[in-house]
Amino acid sequence: MLKTFTKGGVHPAESKYSADSPIEKLPLPKTVSIPIAQHIGAPSKPLVKKGDKVKVGDVIAESAGFVSANIHSSVSGTVTKIDNVLDSTGYRKPCIIIDVEEDEWNKDIDRSTDLKKEISLMDKEIIQRINQAGIVGLGGATFPSHVKLSVPEGKKIDVLIINGVECEPYLTSDHRLMLEKAEEMLVGIQILMKALSVNRAIIGIENNKQDALEHLAGLIKNYPGIEVQALKVKYPQGGEKQLIKALINREVPSGGLPLDVGAVVHNVGTAYAVYEAIQKNKPLFERVVTVTGQSVKKPSNFMVRIGTPVADLIEAAGGLPEDAGKVINGGPMMGKALNSLDVPVIKGTSGILILPEKMAARKPESNCIRCAKCVSVCPQGLEPYLLNKLTQLEKNDILEKDGVMDCIECGSCAFTCPAGLPLLDYIRLGKSRVSRIIRSRKQ
Amino acid sequence: MSTTILFTIISLSAIGAGAAIILYFVAQKFKVYEDPRIDQVEEALPAANCGGCGYPGCRGFAEALVKADDISDLYCPVGGNETMATVAKILGKEVEAKEPLVAVVRCSGSPEHRKQVNEYDGASSCAISSALYAGETNCQYGCLGLGDCVDVCDFDAIYMDEETGLPVVIDDNCTACGACVKACPNDIIELRKKNKKDRKIYVSCVNQDKGGIARKACKVACIGCGKCVKICPFDAITMENFLAYIDPNKCKLCRKCVTECPTGAILEINFPPRKVKEEKKDASKEKKTEVSDKKENDSSTQNK
Repeated sequence: MLKTFTKGGVHPAESKYSADSPIEKLPLPKTVSIPIAQHIGAPSKPLVKKGDKVKVGDVIAESAGFVSANIHSSVSGTVTKIDNVLDSTGYRKPCIIIDVEEDEWNKDIDRSTDLKKEISLMDKEIIQRINQAGIVGLGGATFPSHVKLSVPEGKKIDVLIINGVECEPYLTSDHRLMLEKAEEMLVGIQILMKALSVNRAIIGIENNKQDALEHLAGLIKNYPGIEVQALKVKYPQGGEKQLIKALINREVPSGGLPLDVGAVVHNVGTAYAVYEAIQKNKPLFERVVTVTGQSVKKPSNFMVRIGTPVADLIEAAGGLPEDAGKVINGGPMMGKALNSLDVPVIKGTSGILILPEKMAARKPESNCIRCAKCVSVCPQGLEPYLLNKLTQLEKNDILEKDGVMDCIECGSCAFTCPAGLPLLDYIRLGKSRVSRIIRSRKQ
Repeated sequence: MSTTILFTIISLSAIGAGAAIILYFVAQKFKVYEDPRIDQVEEALPAANCGGCGYPGCRGFAEALVKADDISDLYCPVGGNETMATVAKILGKEVEAKEPLVAVVRCSGSPEHRKQVNEYDGASSCAISSALYAGETNCQYGCLGLGDCVDVCDFDAIYMDEETGLPVVIDDNCTACGACVKACPNDIIELRKKNKKDRKIYVSCVNQDKGGIARKACKVACIGCGKCVKICPFDAITMENFLAYIDPNKCKLCRKCVTECPTGAILEINFPPRKVKEEKKDASKEKKTEVSDKKENDSSTQNK
């Protein structure tokens, strides 16, 4: 029997249309708008001003605190303005807008494609370099990677877990990366192992990516300490806590972090970005983005510069289909619908999903019949129907006691609800209320 | 047979009497002294239990009133000055009369003025919608139209206008408890001074975008031009983040700013109609705005 996590989980249709499309380089856009808040934590401080010339890889905004990240220019050209531009939620957020001229890279970046295996830096230097390169979790959460690598004193890490699960339906960016950049990624994992001083790393991959599993299994012989583990296909296996449970059978305590059970989880995309940052001196300014959907002409995986408008990606994938109902930033389970196609790709954009109209509509709402399906699928062992009701009644104290803060917002409850209730919407609201209360208590 | 009944009655009565004596002494022993004025004050309060005073219900407020040495900071918005005067009489304390307030909705973005650019089909709650994204129009500050304010109102003082999709306050029912102000995630609703005959002048917009962006999103947005600030003879209008604000305490309701506003973002409510001369001026203004509308339409088609 294949390994997986024990509590809950669902299995939506996989629909990996773009699994066989190799990663293509997207042509450079005319202008890019790079938001200064692309990560969890404090927004970065812009270092450039209107009229400045920048090259690819130059720092344009610096990290503002420990939990923050540097931002680099993804193109060469002139900064035209720093202005508030629509972001993926429709709110205007400060962006650095650059007009693209040529493609001139910073001299320090090694643009050769040959594999560099020797790791010359020491652990502290690696973490510092990762911090400088502005690397954040590329699975979608965009949590600054150097914070995860800086293990607080007294905690002991014995295993590094690499997340190649890609449990979201439709998305294939990690899958393609594991096939095409496997060696680079493995070196990246070794660098991460060195930074954490651990000698064991496990790559967890779901069983629906047989080719990636075989490819990596063949390569790991040359990389001691790295294992590859096939996992049963089940959503949300890509959640940190679920993946730890599935791979090493440890349970992260309520309110705790993977650190508490001796594990650190990084995404395969992050491992590749770490390889480029350490071995090639290339900061994070481009990433793989899947553009997919049932009626998309050419479902593709693109290597995209940060700041490229989403419209350019859709154009390259054959244009917006006529029956498009929703364009979603991310996958169908956790992604959010976009309200404009002019929003830029950011570090956390793993995919652009175009759903046809008939699939995009929500189920009509009816009454809860207490079938408890949501309870049985919740991977965190919560009672979503109850949290939903408690939020509506504003019973914040009971919400906190019933563990609303442990919700990972995977959406399995709303996906499975036969009454079509917007369970996650309400739970998220309850979560934000409770977290506000917890924060005010600390002050 | 009869002795059994007699025996039962006597023994039960004895137990009852014994229990009553014990209870009497226990009650004496554990008596909690409560200021009788709390009951009197609670009686005087409106018993709406709305929480508008900031205390948990009328009982909580009554306790706070009795406990406080100076009650001038405590105010029951529902009962108003009358209730506070009665309370002050009971407690033998001084209280100043406060200006009555009323809730005002500062958004005029009906579909006619503010074009819908996308569709929201999530849970019908403003709080959820605003946490997810900026709303169905290009204005990220305006009314989301899902009626959280209506849901929290205990006094039937606010309803959603079906035509405009905006909440409307019924001034006579509004007690200024502030529940809707707290419920609105976009801070559109404000408590303002209730003037004579319910007359109001206020900037019906909270958009803090630059003029061009605001105007494109909504025809009746405040564009931050500052004309109202210049014309106001009482220095009642301030401009911050491209948004004008009329201080209700300084405003003398002269209505000069209303005609000056190029977008019609400043509203005058419950005023008698203006004299003929001014109407002419208004007409010329309207024409101007129409022209600029056309220009904008042209430019937007070009952009497409």
